[in-house]
Amino acid sequence: MSGYLNLRDIDWGMLVIVLIICALGVVQIFSAAIGTQWQDAWWKQIIWIVVGLVLMWICTAIDYHALMTRVWALYGLSLVLLLAVLVAGKQAFGSTRWIPLAPGFHLQVSEFVKLVIVLLVARFMTELRGDNLETRDLLKIMALIVAPMLLVIKEPDLGTALTYLPILAVGAVLAGLNWRYVVVAAVIVVLVLPVGVHFLQPYQKARLVSFLNPEGDPRGTGYQVIESKIAVGAGGMWGKGVAHGTQTQLRFLPVPHTDFIFAAFAEEHGFVGVVVVLALYFMLLMQIVKNAQTAPDRAGMYICMGVAALLLFHVLVNVGMVVGRMPVTGIPLPLMSAGGSSMLSIFLMLGLVNNVRVRRFVN
Amino acid sequence: MKLLPIEPETQHEASSKPVLRDDPKFASARIAAFQYITVAIFLFLISGFWDLQVRNPEFYNELAERNRIKSLPIIAPRGKILDRDGRVIVDNHLSWSVILSRETLKPEHLRPIADGLHLDYDDLQIQLKRFQSRPKYEPIIIKQELTPADIAFVESHKDPDFFPELELIHAQRRMYPQNGFAAHVIGYTGEISESELDEPEFAKYDTGSVIGKFGLEKQYNDSLMGVDGQREVVVDNRGRERQVLGIKEAIPGKNLQTTLDLDLQAAAELALDGRKGAIVALDPRNGEVLAMANRPTFDPNKFSVRIKSSDWKELVDNPDHPLLNRAIQAQFAPGSTFKPIIAIAGLETGTIDDQYTVHCPGGATFYGHFYKCHEVDGTVSLHKGIVKSCDVYFYNVGNKLGIDQIALFATQAGYGHPSGIDLPGEAAGVVPSSEWKIRNFRQKWYAGETISVSIGQGATTVTPIQMARAIGGLAMGGIWYKPHLLKSAKPEPPHQYPLNPENVAKVVSGMCGVVNEGGTGVRARIPGIEVCGKTGTAQLASNAFLKRGGKAPKDNAWFVGFTPPEHPEIVVAGLWEGGEKSAYTAALVREVLKAWSDKKIRLGQSLVAARPPEPAASQPEETPATERE
Repeated sequence: MSGYLNLRDIDWGMLVIVLIICALGVVQIFSAAIGTQWQDAWWKQIIWIVVGLVLMWICTAIDYHALMTRVWALYGLSLVLLLAVLVAGKQAFGSTRWIPLAPGFHLQVSEFVKLVIVLLVARFMTELRGDNLETRDLLKIMALIVAPMLLVIKEPDLGTALTYLPILAVGAVLAGLNWRYVVVAAVIVVLVLPVGVHFLQPYQKARLVSFLNPEGDPRGTGYQVIESKIAVGAGGMWGKGVAHGTQTQLRFLPVPHTDFIFAAFAEEHGFVGVVVVLALYFMLLMQIVKNAQTAPDRAGMYICMGVAALLLFHVLVNVGMVVGRMPVTGIPLPLMSAGGSSMLSIFLMLGLVNNVRVRRFVN
Repeated sequence: MKLLPIEPETQHEASSKPVLRDDPKFASARIAAFQYITVAIFLFLISGFWDLQVRNPEFYNELAERNRIKSLPIIAPRGKILDRDGRVIVDNHLSWSVILSRETLKPEHLRPIADGLHLDYDDLQIQLKRFQSRPKYEPIIIKQELTPADIAFVESHKDPDFFPELELIHAQRRMYPQNGFAAHVIGYTGEISESELDEPEFAKYDTGSVIGKFGLEKQYNDSLMGVDGQREVVVDNRGRERQVLGIKEAIPGKNLQTTLDLDLQAAAELALDGRKGAIVALDPRNGEVLAMANRPTFDPNKFSVRIKSSDWKELVDNPDHPLLNRAIQAQFAPGSTFKPIIAIAGLETGTIDDQYTVHCPGGATFYGHFYKCHEVDGTVSLHKGIVKSCDVYFYNVGNKLGIDQIALFATQAGYGHPSGIDLPGEAAGVVPSSEWKIRNFRQKWYAGETISVSIGQGATTVTPIQMARAIGGLAMGGIWYKPHLLKSAKPEPPHQYPLNPENVAKVVSGMCGVVNEGGTGVRARIPGIEVCGKTGTAQLASNAFLKRGGKAPKDNAWFVGFTPPEHPEIVVAGLWEGGEKSAYTAALVREVLKAWSDKKIRLGQSLVAARPPEPAASQPEETPATERE
């Protein structure tokens, strides 16, 4: 119709920000993992970034409208894979989250389900008849998302399961969610929380308790929060320099190359470094939101906003955890934490955003 | 690169429902709201970093430093304890201890650690509880004196996969003489107890400090102890050392040279072996304690590590009280060893002179009571009274003196108050007087009570150290030095109560007769030197008690001897609890005096004032046992 799409049309500004964050992440993984069993994680991360860029490109090339038509197939596939993980997933760290895909790479299915959720919400919301989200429709989409969430919670991986919710929440709000529902939902959450706590796994309960009072159990789960806060605080204004953070280098900081990578970064680069990186994340989010604003149709807008919501949630929970303002959940920091599945799923999502962008003038 | 062209048809195929709507601007206000929320969230996150990194980074810096820098103690060796000639009595030996880092301690490791080191799990938990109030980075010593098996266990388990909280350290351990040799004098060390920590005098010590708890170890703890050093190291979260930042060497404790003479001490220990009692040898010229032995005794080595509760119970529950330092803590009636004091009091006050005689028909009546003598001695003068230990003679002298004159001289000689020896826990003994009776019983003194006191019975009680000091000072002519064990102690001015040398000579002559003229102390006789002394047998039960049919406990047997008669160089007091006959104790004291003279001969020193052997004295061994009280 309107000719061919060009490489130059992708969001170069976003890509530059993403690559800067990734580079900082690689340096931090290198620094945090010196002399440990993960000391080669940094070049693995580079491989993931390269693979991620390729996947992003592929994801950009396939018209998102084509993806939208196959949402139900993707949704079904997700449920099957999640079930497969539960049945035959690889036991690791006490939870079954991975299925082996290739030697040295174990696919974390729940990470990729995020993409499907983004597409699902976009499709569902686009097909609504009015500009207000009906209660019936809200319950329907909630049911659709709760199904994979329950499977992921069962793994057990509450943190990843929770990341599906902001996609739904932002989608619903954009679709014209009645504000009264938000109030009702808040009330229900407050009422249900004590009951819900009852069903949490012991380690999840411990994490919650230690979030509320980390000093109460300094050698247990509270340990991670305390050591993380010490690392961050010890970084001061200018940081201790790459590979000079004592909390990171002497391993007082737990998993300083994955979940707590931002604490390691904060120790070694200080408040100044933190502000720079958070500014980069903020710019990235605003760039994605801009793509939502310029999207050619509602579906594109929902996709971009879903990705933005997901990234915002990740940053909030992970970085908030590092400074003790959020409970400890195993949620990685997107683009920085070492790990293939998380990295690839983020690049795929960035591919979706580019997908929407390159088609912004189509109509 | 070319992208696939958009196929408009797909939009229609996407759903059977109405077409996808393409008015993306419909939610622009809500997208703006999302942007504001994003700003708020980032400000919230940045404020978290502001709090930690900009507002109080020092606080967290310090926590980070505390995490990484650990100080490990270098235990300072305690000073050795030496005898007067520099021979080692108490030494240290190198041993290994294992410390537990509480920072990295996992509670579930405690039981396998306890099993591996053969420790009691409950004891270990109690120990951990005691340290709860201490900062976590202070490690605690959980086992000392590791056996090779223990060391192997720690070495093979201290890596991260097992128990990284374990660490081996060197320590200097106390090595005490075997068989409880001089145990009461030396004392023992132990970990400071919780109740001690609450006392102000222990305020300078920390939980876990090993301090002297008894005897010289306690008395001179501060100089013996030294100052522990420290090693500052950088550790990782497993507690493994990454780097040594600095070492503060330990300052070893000072050696303690005592006045004890190992030769004499050994003789005293051997003499007492298998008996119950004490022997004290003093140099009356300066108060130096040459020997101090006690039986029963205990093994201080059991205390050098934490004492097992079963061993402790055994010591405490033993009816013979092995932990009692009888030489300074046993208080018993002196019996006839008190008579030289009565004699000197009589002479000094002019109450009697050497012409004064008493007829002893085997007893005498005073104030309506009959007081018996153990023998019929006939006409008794001062010399004979002492030699034969005639009670009737001393009843009369005491009666003439009155209780307060007796108390005056006894107090001058050092009875009734602690001698001031540099050992903790000395007993005072009792010197009864009219004032004492009023103070303690609110009753006036009855003259009849003086009669018993005249022969060292009644309320009078003394300790062996007091007796050695009293008789030694008397023989010195009224100069009583404070007994001490520290060789380098500055000589303190002695207590003086100048006595008439003629009077002293008369009493001393009587005491020489006790040993050398067929008196009650013949068994202390040593050919070649002139030993003077006095026996004493102290009843433990009153006569009234015996009349009522009470079963008499065996009498305590005393002997105090010195030599040479003029300017004595050594005075030895011996107590044999339940020894029955004081003559037996004289034989024990003889062993110490013999060791003393043998050593002098060995060293080629002249036995000052030693007389040639006295042919006049009938062979003491053949003399019929005329043991007297």
